[in-house]
Amino acid sequence: MAPTLAVWKFASCDGCQLTLLDCEDELLALAGRVEIAHFLEASGAVGEGPYDVSLVEGSITTPADLDRIRHVRAVSRTLITIGACATAGGVQALRNFADVREFASVVYARPEYIATLAESTPIAAHVPVDFELHGCPIDRRQLLEVLSAHLTGRRPDVPAHSVCFECKSRGNVCVMVAHGTPCLGPVTHAGCGAICPAYGRGCYGCFGPSPAWDGARPNTRALLPWLDMTEDETRRVLSTFNVAAFREAAVPEGPGDDAPA
Amino acid sequence: MTHRHDRTLKVGELARVEGEGALYVRVRGGDVAEVRLDIYEPPRFFEAFLRGRAHTEPPDITARICGICPVAYQTSACLAIEEACGATVDGPLRDLRRLLYCGEWIESHALHVYLLHAPDFLGYHGAVELARDHRDIVERGLRLKKAGNTLMEVLGGRAIHPVNVRVGGFYRVPARAELAPLAEMLRRALDDALDTVRWAAGFEFPDFVHDHEYLALSADRYPIEGGDLRSGAGRAFPAAAFEDHITEEQVPHSTALHARFTDGGTYLTGPLARYSLNRHLLSPLALEAAAGAGLGAECRNPFRSVLVRAVEIVYAVDEALRLIAGYEPPDRPAVPVEPRAGTGHGVSEAPRGVLYHRYDLDADGLITAARIVPPTSQNQTAIEDDLRRFVAARLHLDDAELTRRCEQAIRNYDPCISCSTHFLDLTVERT
Ligand code: SF4
Ligand code: SF4
Repeated sequence: MAPTLAVWKFASCDGCQLTLLDCEDELLALAGRVEIAHFLEASGAVGEGPYDVSLVEGSITTPADLDRIRHVRAVSRTLITIGACATAGGVQALRNFADVREFASVVYARPEYIATLAESTPIAAHVPVDFELHGCPIDRRQLLEVLSAHLTGRRPDVPAHSVCFECKSRGNVCVMVAHGTPCLGPVTHAGCGAICPAYGRGCYGCFGPSPAWDGARPNTRALLPWLDMTEDETRRVLSTFNVAAFREAAVPEGPGDDAPA
Repeated sequence: MTHRHDRTLKVGELARVEGEGALYVRVRGGDVAEVRLDIYEPPRFFEAFLRGRAHTEPPDITARICGICPVAYQTSACLAIEEACGATVDGPLRDLRRLLYCGEWIESHALHVYLLHAPDFLGYHGAVELARDHRDIVERGLRLKKAGNTLMEVLGGRAIHPVNVRVGGFYRVPARAELAPLAEMLRRALDDALDTVRWAAGFEFPDFVHDHEYLALSADRYPIEGGDLRSGAGRAFPAAAFEDHITEEQVPHSTALHARFTDGGTYLTGPLARYSLNRHLLSPLALEAAAGAGLGAECRNPFRSVLVRAVEIVYAVDEALRLIAGYEPPDRPAVPVEPRAGTGHGVSEAPRGVLYHRYDLDADGLITAARIVPPTSQNQTAIEDDLRRFVAARLHLDDAELTRRCEQAIRNYDPCISCSTHFLDLTVERT
């Protein structure tokens, strides 16, 4: 029998699961190799679990989702998180450094109707995760690589070096050296293929911190002054789609007075 | 007999819509007592955390509200901030913005027509199941979708959350030679788009019309990347007056706010409204396709929205070809947008309808307040109204069939629930 694939959504923009539907050339072939058993965005047919591979998009932000992710783990042989929301809490994790009740009152006239947790947390904070694929959004080629690796039982070829390596292999001119453009490439996880520098823009870190810097936090911090940005600008650029992960990597003391807003 | 006086229908997790929603219908004494489109997509509080951010940041940040229409978010955000700072993007830069936006229309409409909506008309659970019997049809849809994505990849760097958009324009503009292969691809896509209209014209459309007021942008071209607001009943106002004319209210069952006109009227935005108010601005080829598919001066049957989307794909491909043919690289990739204290408003036509942004900036360009009104929350009241009438006329159906029809009816509006949270679950209660 074909292995079964399930796709699950938590707090997110749908962009990472859309990446699967964006594999226009591979989608029908993939659907021939695996049984897409649970993918609400694509089909009303829901096959019974357990599932061989689950792709999980989104972060945990509500009490109900806390229960749901445990269920998803229980019915999944392999659980792969896709995207910055699922791996780091996403941009909605900016609430972690603010008062979520106050946030709700800015958006809703009756915040008491809104069920939400104080923090937006990655999936791995709640259940064991077998593989994390980074990016906001994830890269299509990497998604296909991770899926085919898991289906054939080999390790996915997803390098953990920085965006700088990808600039070199793409033949990009370094935007920092050539134009003095601040760029998070040196501390950002590879995977996108160095898109921003190819468009004359500095990397803004949407793939999150490169694990090459794990245990070497001073390096991330040492780079920051080099970016030639004000402290506020630096804080803002690190406080977007991977805010929680970058803070862990670059801010020595815990969150507090330096919250973005 | 399946007809029961009191019953409840629930669809807890709506499939083939963007995001998380549910439908709830309660029938009491043979009358429809309640219809609710529950939107339980968890709120992400964009308007709250945009405060304190720089005026350059909303295009990247608000793109993350929705992975299906990031260019719409980027465009409305840019327009609002440019207005606040007294900058205008026009000429070739504006055309480039429109070209990128055409890519998003093609991708989003092809996704909806082929992967989300068509399976309802043809009796399949989804496109993968449809492909088992009609592989060539699904492949055509995927080719079209890919054409839209490729356009966005070339202009924006990638299709989901393009990186090349900035306040004032772009980081880098393409050379003419980079667009030539796109033109070739789009010429093939045009045939696929015309075939799509002919194919969809053969679907069976339930008899159903609504009488909501239509609201769409109006511009000197078929409205996409900006314009003023205009309604079928003669309302006309600029983006800056949006909040004078439209209010949002919160209802307990939804993380999406419900919008209506300040005088209480409900309205509908999106492809049906755009087409009905701006048909005369379609290209000759798109008009011909519309006429060939039996679409008249206006369309009030939400089920036929699949046809209107197909016609808009033809238009977007045709328009992209026209823009590429006339493209001369702008002399600079962006106009300067210097921060200043003020308020700016931006509207553009997301694939699902009018998308409004407002930002208040302080003298340093930091955002002090933000307001975002997505199309689905504007449409939610109208969707629930339509569903109520739709269900009332079909109470003789059994629960399974009625539920199936309701789900199809919801997909007519292509609700984007990710967008609307500050925003869907079908529950029909017939006890
Ligand atoms: S990681 Fe980014 S692209 Fe993926 S779901 Fe979250 S916001 Fe969307
Ligand atoms: S260069 Fe950086 S910000 Fe740009 S797409 Fe790649 S990881 Fe994301």
